[in-house]
Amino acid sequence: MPPVAVTPDPLDLQELIEEISRTSTADGAIASFVGLVREENQGRRVSYLEYEAYEPLAVRALQLIIEEARVTWADTRLGVHHRTGRLELGEASIIIVAASPHRAHAFAACRYTIERVKQIVPIWKHEHFEGGDVWLEGATADPDNEAARETARRIACA
Amino acid sequence: MRVTIRLFARLRDLAGSGELVREVASPATIETVWQSLVDEMPDLRAYERTMSVAVNADYAKMSAKVSDGDEVAFLPPVSGG
Repeated sequence: MPPVAVTPDPLDLQELIEEISRTSTADGAIASFVGLVREENQGRRVSYLEYEAYEPLAVRALQLIIEEARVTWADTRLGVHHRTGRLELGEASIIIVAASPHRAHAFAACRYTIERVKQIVPIWKHEHFEGGDVWLEGATADPDNEAARETARRIACA
Repeated sequence: MRVTIRLFARLRDLAGSGELVREVASPATIETVWQSLVDEMPDLRAYERTMSVAVNADYAKMSAKVSDGDEVAFLPPVSGG
C-alpha cells in the first residue's frame, strides 16, 4: 500500500513501517502511533464505530499534512493509513509511521500528524453506543487556518 | 447547469441522501448551491457556520465559482483519527 491510504481493510502497522523504512538506511528512529476504538466515550458505553470518509479529499488532506510536516522536520518521512467502515472495540482506526535520523523528529512529526488529522481530514465517526447512536463532530476543517496549524506544531514539540 | 452535491455524516442523514443532482442557474458559486439546497431542506441550515465546503474534492471558499458538472461537497466538522 502507498504511504497514504484511506481504506476499509484492516490496518497493518508492520507493513507500513517496512514501506516507510525500506527506502533509506539513514534512519535512526521510527515512531509510530496507532489509534484504537475505545469502549467508553463521554460516559457512553461504545458498541462499535462506523467511519465515513470523503475519500479523495481525505487522501489529499493527508498528503498536505505530510508536506507540512516536511517543512518543519525535513529529514523525516511519514506514512498514514486511516480505516473506514465498521470497526469493533480494540480495532485500529489509524496508523502513523514517522522515520527520521533522530528520535526527537520522529516523535514530533508523528504527534503533529495525528493532531492535524483531527483538524482537517474529512473523516467522521458514527458512534453506536448502548442506547443510541451519534455522529461525532470535532473541528471545522480549514487547511488554511494558521492558528490550528500552530496549535498542532506546539503540541508536537511540547 | 447541473451540479452534483455530496453530503456526509449527519448532513447526509438529514438530507436522506449522500448524493444529489441539481440544476442551478449560471453563473453560480458554492453559496448559490447551498442557498438553493437549504431552501429545499431547511434542517441543513444548522451547519452553515460550522461546515467546510469543497469543489471537485478540493477545499474551497463559499465564494468559489461552480461550473457545469462540478461536484460540490458540504462537510460537517470532522472527527477522524
